[in-house]
Amino acid sequence: MSLTFAIIAAIVLTGAIGLSVLRKTVHCVLSLTIVFFGLAMLYIRLDAPFLGFALVLIYVSAVTILILFTVLLTRNREIETDVSPYSRGSIAGLIVGGSVFAGLIWMIYRAPLSRGITELESPASVKSLGERLMTEYVLPLEVIALLLTAAMIGAVIVAMKDPG
Amino acid sequence: MEVLLLSIKEQLVALFPAVLQPLAGHLLSITPVLGVFAGCFALTTVLERKALGRIQNRFGPNRVGPAGLLQPVADGLKMIFKEDIVPLKADRTVHFLAPVLLATTALLVFSVIPFGQAPDGRHLVPVDLEVGLIFFFAVGSLAELAVFMAGWSSRNKYAMLGAMRAIAQMISYEAPMLLSVLTVVLISGSLSLVDIVGTQAGGFWHWHVLTPWGAAAFLLFLTAALAESNRSPFDIPEAESEIIAGHMIEYSGFKYALFFLAEYLGLFAMTSLAVTLFLGGFHPPIPQLAFVPGPIWFFGKFVVIIAFFIWIRGTLPRLRMDQLLQLAWKFMLPMAVVLLIVAAAWHRISLTWGPVFGWLFCSPPVIMAYLMLGRGGAGKKGGPRVYRYVN
Repeated sequence: MSLTFAIIAAIVLTGAIGLSVLRKTVHCVLSLTIVFFGLAMLYIRLDAPFLGFALVLIYVSAVTILILFTVLLTRNREIETDVSPYSRGSIAGLIVGGSVFAGLIWMIYRAPLSRGITELESPASVKSLGERLMTEYVLPLEVIALLLTAAMIGAVIVAMKDPG
Repeated sequence: MEVLLLSIKEQLVALFPAVLQPLAGHLLSITPVLGVFAGCFALTTVLERKALGRIQNRFGPNRVGPAGLLQPVADGLKMIFKEDIVPLKADRTVHFLAPVLLATTALLVFSVIPFGQAPDGRHLVPVDLEVGLIFFFAVGSLAELAVFMAGWSSRNKYAMLGAMRAIAQMISYEAPMLLSVLTVVLISGSLSLVDIVGTQAGGFWHWHVLTPWGAAAFLLFLTAALAESNRSPFDIPEAESEIIAGHMIEYSGFKYALFFLAEYLGLFAMTSLAVTLFLGGFHPPIPQLAFVPGPIWFFGKFVVIIAFFIWIRGTLPRLRMDQLLQLAWKFMLPMAVVLLIVAAAWHRISLTWGPVFGWLFCSPPVIMAYLMLGRGGAGKKGGPRVYRYVN
């Protein structure tokens, strides 16, 4: 484990802990951006700068702003701080979360990727990414595009006022 | 000049022990960028006030220093010595972090702009990223988050309204801006700003602005840049007569100065990108003028665009919110998509038959699209505003 990875992991963990511990929803969303930043740094560290910056562009700006708007529009007031953060379901939640985490760890250790990591000679270039997207992965790309278009049209129809 | 600057940097870096050399190298790249653009900020504020004064038939600042040139020094001193007021109900941490984040992102985007090239091929660029353009927009889009933080943490309805307006505007204009930039990426086949500048070397007829798609994309980009940096005629996020100063209302002293600085630095970043993408960056207009150093050409073009922005600010009235969003989504976005297709066609046609045929085939669709989107859209929705609640 290199020093860079340790720093990045510390940043991600700080953000994640803040996300689950902080009391105000907006603070939680802001610490979520720290997690996204950490993940982007991890991508850049793993020689995938395009992916890292695209993550910042899409998640940190667009998705976070979307979440913030949702939070502000659906909630009239902030939840007051008197309420205890430990609800009755917290033990069950802890068990479920712990088992999911254990399952993930187990799966990742079993995966062939986790052994035998090879260094790339050069960072994945944007050109090769684009070529792959246009040849090998053109069908998934088109399917995703169709799905996004359908979602967009659906959102417009939901938001559209009834003309009659 | 480029060789001189690069060798000064090498000499200074060599003074440091080997462990610190990468760090020292980056610091030495950062310092001039910081100094030059902060200086540009100071000069632009005074120039802008003077130019606006002349447009409005008055003198503008002319008391501090020769011809009022030391006005920014006086302003800066005043800002530093002002009391830093934080509202009682404000969220102190977020309130503090917002201007810091905004100023940081405004400075970070300059790290991928190439300012010049030495004869041996080395570039005068802080970091030559392969995905420089994505970096620029990724970091630039963090400003939205900072604006939201400022608006939300102030606990003031005007601040929140201003932040909401600013974010809606930034998101709306980011789409046409990215699409208009994509035309250049399509032609140069690279996301690295150094490579994009490289494709425009050797005279002004190679500049991207002198193509049918490039000219239109340049204008779209400038419009979107005005909107992104909240300048007139797109300054409704901080409209003084409606919501006082928008998300900056609860900031005083040097924090307010930081917002002001970030706004101008954002404008400079957009201008630098426009120069780099469309106006050939640091390349001279004709190759015979190559003895003049690249940074001088770069800043020459930069000043021309800044002067254009000041002129626009003094001339045009503010748009309404609905006009603003209509312009972005109904005119600029479809126009940018058309330009993308035209640029692809230009690439094919001018490669096989030469640029004359490219102009012949590519300019009609651009003009047609402009007429149909501009005039056609205005015919249906435009016209005088109807005041439903008054009548």
